[in-house]
Amino acid sequence: MKTLADLEEIRKRTLERINLRKEDKDDEVRIVVGMATCGIAAGARPVMMSFMTESSKRHLTNVTVSQTGCIGMCRYEPMADVFVPGQGKVTYVNLDEAKARRIVSDHIVNGQPVVELMIGADRDKTVGKGEE
Amino acid sequence: MRDLSLHLMDLAQNSIQAGAMLVGITLKLDGEGKLDLTIQDDGCGMSPETLRLAHSPFGTHRRTRKVGMGIPLAEYNASATGGALEIKSIPGQGTELAATYYTRHIDCPPLGNLGETMAALILANLDGPDFRISLQSPLGQGILDTQEIRKSLGDVPLNTPEVMTWIIQAALDKTREIFGGELQ
Repeated sequence: MKTLADLEEIRKRTLERINLRKEDKDDEVRIVVGMATCGIAAGARPVMMSFMTESSKRHLTNVTVSQTGCIGMCRYEPMADVFVPGQGKVTYVNLDEAKARRIVSDHIVNGQPVVELMIGADRDKTVGKGEE
Repeated sequence: MRDLSLHLMDLAQNSIQAGAMLVGITLKLDGEGKLDLTIQDDGCGMSPETLRLAHSPFGTHRRTRKVGMGIPLAEYNASATGGALEIKSIPGQGTELAATYYTRHIDCPPLGNLGETMAALILANLDGPDFRISLQSPLGQGILDTQEIRKSLGDVPLNTPEVMTWIIQAALDKTREIFGGELQ
């Protein structure tokens, strides 16, 4: 059973490392998952947990996962925006847990955005031209 | 929404959106299978007019479209089990939502992965409100309180990998310990 005493332990263990990291805030990667009713119903929560556990497993201390409301294109849910400093925003659509793990490893760790999971990747096949 | 934990995830988002500093969530299961869910926040509150709209699928504050299904769906699921969903709100002071589900009713959705909802709410809103999540059942009770967690951690942020793992595990453990297999 997890107790608050464990947290004291973690605090002692990690405090030094944290201080080192604080000085360098420019490498902050943000993952924002759409978690409105539409996103949650489409399965956004396991996707968000997958982003969290994968970046936590890989000790990516510069990654922040957060939730937002409706991004506005409910048919593409679960969706997530990935912000890598200096590279702008990438919107990924129709996600699941495995795709989330792949985005962490390919895009965030190895710097290769996953083109086929991005919004608009299927544009010619299923989405009408001119649609946002 | 496939289960109650997803409704909770969705309803709590309203409190976050309302600019709450503290969101109190209580899930209380009695020996007869009656589950009381309350979400209490100190956010901006709602006027009686807004509150009326909140119950309607055609009321929303978003400008991207004209429907808001979160509360109506949760309310529908509660009433399908013989329960109800009520909201009390005072503008400027906060809102309290109370839903009752009769979990032994055939139309009651499963509880779902409540631990994951708790962890997700806390970890995805580190710049947002504090959460005090309290679980009660005949098997026992447990609390996950981000103010307490922050106090124990001092300067270490909640999104440190070790801390995230702790929160996820604590949330899953507590749910299993207190709700057991009752609602799955």
